[in-house]
Amino acid sequence: MPTVSMTVNGKSVSGDVSANTLLVDFLRETLGMTGTHVGCDTSQCGACVVHVEGKAAKSCTRLAVQCEGAAVTTIEGLASGGDLHPMQEAFRDNHGLQCGFCTPGMIMAGVDLANRRGNKLDEDTIRNELDGNICRCTGYHNIVKAIAAGAAAMDK
Amino acid sequence: MYEFDYHRASSVADAAGALGKADDGSLIAGGQTLLPTMKMRLASPSDLVDIGFLEELKGISVEGGGVKIGAATTHAEVAGSSDVASNIPALAALAGGIGDPHVRHMGTIGGSVANNDPAADYPAACLALGATINTDKRSIAADDFFTGLFETALQEGEIITSVTFPGADKAAYMKFANPASRYAMVGVFVAQTGDGVRVAVTGAGEDGVFRVADMESALGGDFSSGAISGVSVSSDGLASDIHAGSEYRAHLIGVMARRAVDAANG
Repeated sequence: MPTVSMTVNGKSVSGDVSANTLLVDFLRETLGMTGTHVGCDTSQCGACVVHVEGKAAKSCTRLAVQCEGAAVTTIEGLASGGDLHPMQEAFRDNHGLQCGFCTPGMIMAGVDLANRRGNKLDEDTIRNELDGNICRCTGYHNIVKAIAAGAAAMDK
Repeated sequence: MYEFDYHRASSVADAAGALGKADDGSLIAGGQTLLPTMKMRLASPSDLVDIGFLEELKGISVEGGGVKIGAATTHAEVAGSSDVASNIPALAALAGGIGDPHVRHMGTIGGSVANNDPAADYPAACLALGATINTDKRSIAADDFFTGLFETALQEGEIITSVTFPGADKAAYMKFANPASRYAMVGVFVAQTGDGVRVAVTGAGEDGVFRVADMESALGGDFSSGAISGVSVSSDGLASDIHAGSEYRAHLIGVMARRAVDAANG
């Protein structure tokens, strides 16, 4: 069984995995970090989005062994102490969730979007960029508002 | 997903060696198509040889008025490249419309071209721009490369190293995306160069990407959408599925081609 080592939320971690272990399963099962969700497991819904080397990726469509030596950030890595990340705070302020299942992926996608496209995001940009994240509750309106507000707050 | 052995290649030569030794090996780079396919057990390679980390397969360089793109370059890198945007803006736009942002961060041009999915975007760009697919053994013209449904001219164990796209005087890609999957239901890439006009269609053909000769000759004389308004495309050989019938796809080819020409004329 290969041993895989990577940095998750700034901490060095390693574990024995079979080659076919997905990154999301390594995070959830091996590390016990269940903040990253598995929605569709077919690379469509985006509930499993994490950042690999600073870029948003679907952790259900990445092998753990492909992340050997990589820096991975999950939803658990955003808050600092008791302070929520501005994007998390914006989701709370704007009621950007209902059941919350897609939320970890939405927030990780939102942070990635702000990192790539800046802090002033218009509605069209946000909606287009959410192509890879599906929410079955909200109808997206408050998610879009939350990402716009979160991106703006990240500037401060 | 069935079990397999994983090898991270240290060079293209190392990858070729590992692939040669494997019982039923497969290359992986971004894995954005291969891993879902393996999860569905439509593919069950004994070994995965990872070429996604090879620096020699990454990067974009300007050649003439065109670009050469390393096989392991991601869609996001192509979409965000100022070299691609300034030389072949239609290609940058196409790359920016593949899948979704997270998929574009991982998926690579080499993987897309090698897979030759009948609804993939890159094959249309390769065919319309007259690209050359470079491998560890030879260079293959796009016209000879895409040979059928998920079929290419690649031989067993042959590895794509880069794709060279000549520049175009005018070019544009228009995609009618499936509203759910975002794959092309019909995508048309139109390119005008000194050698004439090429029109390539993805998403519609039962055997994958193809060119439309009638449109090419009409546009060769008059590069305007009006020049092809009377050109009808036969539904013979076009795909028909729950998303669209072949006649609907034939109609969409005309619509998307005219939009592409208008976009190319800016």
